[in-house]
Amino acid sequence: MLRDITIGQHFPGNSILHRCDPRLKIVMTIAYIVVLFVASNPLGILLSLALLALLYSLAKIPYRLILKSLKPIVPIVIFTAVLNLFFMGGEGEPLFHWWLLSIYAEGIRYAILMSVRVIALIAGTSLLTYTTSPIVLTDAIESLLRPLEKVHFPVHELAMMMTIALRFIPTLIEETEKIMNAQKARGAKLDNGKFTERIHALIPILIPLFISAFRRADELAMAMECRCYHGGQGRTRLKVLRFTRQDGLCALAMAAMLAVIVATRFL
Amino acid sequence: MSEIIRAEHLRYVYNPGMPDETAALDDVSFSIEEGDFVGVIGSTGSGKSTLISHFNGLNRPTSGRILVDGRDMWSSGEDLRSFRFLVGLVFQYPEYQLFEETCAKDIAYGPRNMGLDEAEVQRRVQEAAAFTGLGPDLLARSPFELSGGQKRRVAIAGVMAMRPRILVLDEPAAGLDPAGRDTILSQIRDYHEKTGITVVLVSHSMEDIARYANRVLVMSHAKVAMYDTVERIFARAPELLELGLSVPQVTQIFLKLRQMGLDIPTDVYTTPYAVKTILKAWNARHPEHPIPLEGGGVHAS
Repeated sequence: MLRDITIGQHFPGNSILHRCDPRLKIVMTIAYIVVLFVASNPLGILLSLALLALLYSLAKIPYRLILKSLKPIVPIVIFTAVLNLFFMGGEGEPLFHWWLLSIYAEGIRYAILMSVRVIALIAGTSLLTYTTSPIVLTDAIESLLRPLEKVHFPVHELAMMMTIALRFIPTLIEETEKIMNAQKARGAKLDNGKFTERIHALIPILIPLFISAFRRADELAMAMECRCYHGGQGRTRLKVLRFTRQDGLCALAMAAMLAVIVATRFL
Repeated sequence: MSEIIRAEHLRYVYNPGMPDETAALDDVSFSIEEGDFVGVIGSTGSGKSTLISHFNGLNRPTSGRILVDGRDMWSSGEDLRSFRFLVGLVFQYPEYQLFEETCAKDIAYGPRNMGLDEAEVQRRVQEAAAFTGLGPDLLARSPFELSGGQKRRVAIAGVMAMRPRILVLDEPAAGLDPAGRDTILSQIRDYHEKTGITVVLVSHSMEDIARYANRVLVMSHAKVAMYDTVERIFARAPELLELGLSVPQVTQIFLKLRQMGLDIPTDVYTTPYAVKTILKAWNARHPEHPIPLEGGGVHAS
C-alpha cells in the first residue's frame, strides 16, 4: 500500500524525454501547468490532455503507473469537484435547488474542468519525476536558481537539502513498512477500528520511525563531514548539464504545442 | 507429534506485472512438526524472509496455500489477527520497533493487543523477561538507554510474551558481538526446551544452525533445496558448498581429511562429536595405544 505512492519516483528508461535536458523539462512542466489554467474552454483542456498522452507514450511509461500516481489524489479531486459543483454561482435558474445548495450549469462545467485540471496537473508533474532521476532534478533546480545567488539566496544548500530529502523518501517508506509489519506481528490494528483507535495505533509506528530518521540524519551528517563537505563553494560536478541541439528542437516543439493550446482560448 | 505449519506449492511474486517482477518463492512445499527447532538457511535473496512473513499472514501467497495449525488464514471466515498471536514473528534488527517509555510497557504491547487482563499481561511480561534475562531494573528503564544486545532481548521478549505456539526469528543474532550472540541463541534454546514451543530460526551462520536446530530447511533461488535433519543435511556438505553456503568449520576439516584418504564420516558438525570421531578413528588405527573416549581422553592426547 505504501509502495503505491509513486509521486517523486523515477521510472528508468532511455526515451527522448529521459534524455532531455532536465532544466528544459522543469521549465516546460511549469509552462504546462500555467497553460492548464490559462486554457479555459473544453477544447484547450482536451488538447492539453492529448499532449500529455503523447508525452507519456513517448516516454514509454505504462498507463498503469499513471493511474497509480493518481490514486492518492482522488479525495482532492472529489473535494474540488464537489466544492465547484455547489458553490459556483451562475446566471439564470439553478438546475437543482435544495436548502442552501443549488447547482448551476456553470457549476457542473467548472467541476469537470477543475477535476480534469487537477488530474492533468498531477499526471504532468509525475511525468517530470518519472523521466528524471531525483539527483538530476535537483542539479537542474540548482542551475535554474543560480541567478538568485546574487541576492545571497542559499541555492546550493537548498538543492542539497532537496537531494537528501528525495533520496530518503524510498528509504523511509521501506522503513515504515518494516516497522508496520513488526507491529502488526505484535497484533497492532492498523487497517480497521475507530478513528481515535487508529490514531493511537500510529504511535508505535511513528516513534520508531522518528528515531530511525534522526539516527540516519546523524550518520549522514557524519559521513558528509568525513568526506570534507563544506557547502557549494568550489564544488565541481561529475555530470555537467548541457543544452544540446536536440533539446532546442524539443523546446521549440513543446512551445509550439503549448501556444496552440493557449490560442484555443481566443477561438 | 502433529503438524503445525504446512506449505503447499507456495509461490510469491514481488511487483507482479512490473518490469522488475521477481518470484521470491517458487513452488515451496514442506511441513514443520510441532515442537521442532527448524533452522532456515540460504544465501541473501533466497527467499527466507519472504517465506517466514507468510507464516503469520503479513504476505499473501500469490498461489499455493499455507496452513498453520491446520487452518488456512486466507480462507474466508478466518481472523487473520489470531494468526499473528499464534505465530510470533521476530524480524531482523527487531530493536528498531521499540517505542514505549519503559521496556516492561514495550513487552506488554503484544499481550495488551491480545486483549488480556492486566494481571495476565504482567504475568507474561515477567515470564518473557525471565526467559531473556532482563532484570527488574532493566524493565523499568527506557529501551532507548540500553545497549544493542539488551534492546534486542527486549524486542524478542515482546514477542515471547504473546506465548505464540510457533516462534519465528529472522537472524536474531545479526550484528551482535560473540557474547551477545551466544546469550540470545542459548536463551532461545532454553525457551524452546522449557516450553516445547516450535521454533523457526533463520540464520546465515551454519555454526548456529548446527548447534541449535534439529531440522534444517535450505533455501536457494526461491525454492526449497533441502529439508532434513541436521545430520543428514551436513552429510551433504559438498552440495551446500555448491549452493554458495558455508558449512561449519569442523565439517570443512572433516571434508578435507576425507579427501586426504581418511575413512571418517562427513556428518560431523559439532566440536564434541568431532573429538569423539577423531578419537574413535585414532583407536581404530592404533589399537596398541588406545585413548579413552570420555573424560581425560582429550588431555591425554
